[in-house]
Amino acid sequence: MTQKNQYKLNVNGQTVEVTAEPRELLIYTLREQLNITGPHIGCETSHCGACTVTIDGKSVKSCTMFVAQAEGKEITTIEGLGSPDALHPLQEAFKEHHGLQCGYCTPGMITRASKLLEEIPNPTEEEIRFGMAGNICRCTGYQNIVKSIKAAAAEINAAKEAAQ
Amino acid sequence: MIPASFEYHRPTDMAGVLSILVEHGDDARVMAGGHSLIPMMKLRMADVPHLIDLQDVGGLAGITVGDTITIGAMVTQSDIILHDALADAAPILREASLQIADPQVRYMGTVGGNVANGDPGNDMPGLMQCLDATFTVVGPNGERKIPAREFYEAAYMTGREDDEVMTAVSFAKPVGGHAYEKQKRKIGDYATAAAAVQIVKDGGTCASASIAMTNLSDTPVYSAAAGDALVGTSVDGDAIKAAVSAMLNDIDPVEDNRGPVAFKRHVAGVILARAIERAWSRA
Repeated sequence: MTQKNQYKLNVNGQTVEVTAEPRELLIYTLREQLNITGPHIGCETSHCGACTVTIDGKSVKSCTMFVAQAEGKEITTIEGLGSPDALHPLQEAFKEHHGLQCGYCTPGMITRASKLLEEIPNPTEEEIRFGMAGNICRCTGYQNIVKSIKAAAAEINAAKEAAQ
Repeated sequence: MIPASFEYHRPTDMAGVLSILVEHGDDARVMAGGHSLIPMMKLRMADVPHLIDLQDVGGLAGITVGDTITIGAMVTQSDIILHDALADAAPILREASLQIADPQVRYMGTVGGNVANGDPGNDMPGLMQCLDATFTVVGPNGERKIPAREFYEAAYMTGREDDEVMTAVSFAKPVGGHAYEKQKRKIGDYATAAAAVQIVKDGGTCASASIAMTNLSDTPVYSAAAGDALVGTSVDGDAIKAAVSAMLNDIDPVEDNRGPVAFKRHVAGVILARAIERAWSRA
């Protein structure tokens, strides 16, 4: 067995230190060591996107990154986007527009969508579908997910305008 | 899915990378974005006792656009898509990159990994053959340049030695019309068939054409004969048929879960015809 090492990560604004073998996949570090259970393990083969987190401004499938690679990185999970008392506009929109059924894919969907809306603040339906193509939902058929993301974009843009 | 144990190295310069490669021989492998290698390690189809992460090695992530275009090995597909000057100079790169995998994978997947891996399913190798690109590798004995059209020997077997690292791809700024056409079963899948085409038009006739195919042999296939079939023609239906039939002589697909050989040959023909038509319309 390889020796365990110390790794320093920044997760949702907090610096944390974990002890792990370098081969530990980041999703396991998050879920099992840090008890951050928002990112889910869906397929574990880089296909489904349920484990999506944001790392240094990129949407990343955390089942396809070793904890050693993540050392020194800033990681945002669904837990870093909103709280039960103050939902993120995407969380509010998914609730409002029935953007989920079983909810298993939802943390990955919302985390990915948050990055998509940073890159394209007012996306068309086509841009949403293309930008969300790395996240799979087995319940909804995507229609309400697209609707939710559109609604969240409008909400975020309106809030930005009001602030100006 | 837990890969076998390995020792993790994150050197900060190429000298550090090369010294680990020399010390551990084929027990060591370099990793760029890791989105080909990590899945293979998870499946335990790749055993990498010494994993060398290239993320802290500087100088590998640049894009230079001029008469010659150079792209560092650590440039990601996402970087390519977002680079407007590159898209103006060589639009086929953005068109192809948008068809690779999915958004999350494109943030991580690199040009260097895609061309160096030698996986017949990767899109960049065929694209680089179409563009007549040159690959730069560096090893303990210095730097070496290898033409993309001579780089691929068999699946996962390339002209790069075990102790060499891919550092950049470069090619002359392409001229004429372009198309990257890909048939895949779903987002994230490798191509059932894909075609990279660049065509130069002179008046109403084709002055030159470069054609390469992806995932239809154990290597990418640059089909000089398919390009030649278009030269001097008005790229009408007959010329396209001739190019497709020349291409079909050069590919050698095998049956797998994407379909039997006859189906793949059929798809290859359809995809190439579409790519030629689109490239010609833009030439």
